[in-house]
Amino acid sequence: MATKTPLALVRGLGAARSGTDEFWRQRLSAVALLPLAAFFIGLLVALAGASHHRVATTLGDGWVAVPLLLLVVACLVHMKIGVQVVIEDYVHDKALKLVLLMANTFFSYAMAIAAAAALVKLSLGG
Amino acid sequence: MAESRSANPPAAARPLSPHLQIYRWTWTMAMSIVHRITGLALYAGTILLVWWLVAAAAGPGPYGVFRDVAGSWIGIIVLIGFTWALLHHALGGLRFLVLDLGFAFGREARFAWAKAILAASVLLTIAVWLLVFFTWR
Repeated sequence: MATKTPLALVRGLGAARSGTDEFWRQRLSAVALLPLAAFFIGLLVALAGASHHRVATTLGDGWVAVPLLLLVVACLVHMKIGVQVVIEDYVHDKALKLVLLMANTFFSYAMAIAAAAALVKLSLGG
Repeated sequence: MAESRSANPPAAARPLSPHLQIYRWTWTMAMSIVHRITGLALYAGTILLVWWLVAAAAGPGPYGVFRDVAGSWIGIIVLIGFTWALLHHALGGLRFLVLDLGFAFGREARFAWAKAILAASVLLTIAVWLLVFFTWR
């Protein structure tokens, strides 16, 4: 270890041991989110102020629920990597960084699974 | 290891790499920072999205609570902010994808696109909310 130069450490998969995987997944999810976000804004405009019955039936429709599930999955990937990069950039205390990285993972998955569970329930008739 | 390190004299006050306070502000730098801030805001905003979906799945009672909060003046201000953050992050992200592909790197192009995207995000937010207010039911 002591005789290795910094170059040897970043070769291959790099210091993070994952190479450019996150860079690529961040851009892949970004491309996916562009049309999905447009769909989402359109849906919000259509459902603004609507009754519970209309919202529940609309969200339970497969043509709405499936794009929203895609949005949730793309969002999970994108938000987790995005905030992880911010934490890695600005938090230099090792213990705090570890805690925040774990919290970021837990929060991202919790939001995604809760949203997906709600959409599945609505799809099965509420 | 730890002993030899603590035996070292305290680190001299060497110059650090330039930081935000040192650089002259530019449009591209400001847009880059705003992209991070809107990203973090949207991250927090997923709580609202989940609340909306879970309330709709839970039934008319919980959905009524969400609807009252979202329809209050403070709820509308938060939602307008959410809309702008989403539009700015999406359009700015599209700009970064174009830059990743190696286009629009000229001096004029860089600044023109940075400003255009800020303007477009504000105008689109106004357009979306005019639609909301006209179709509210």
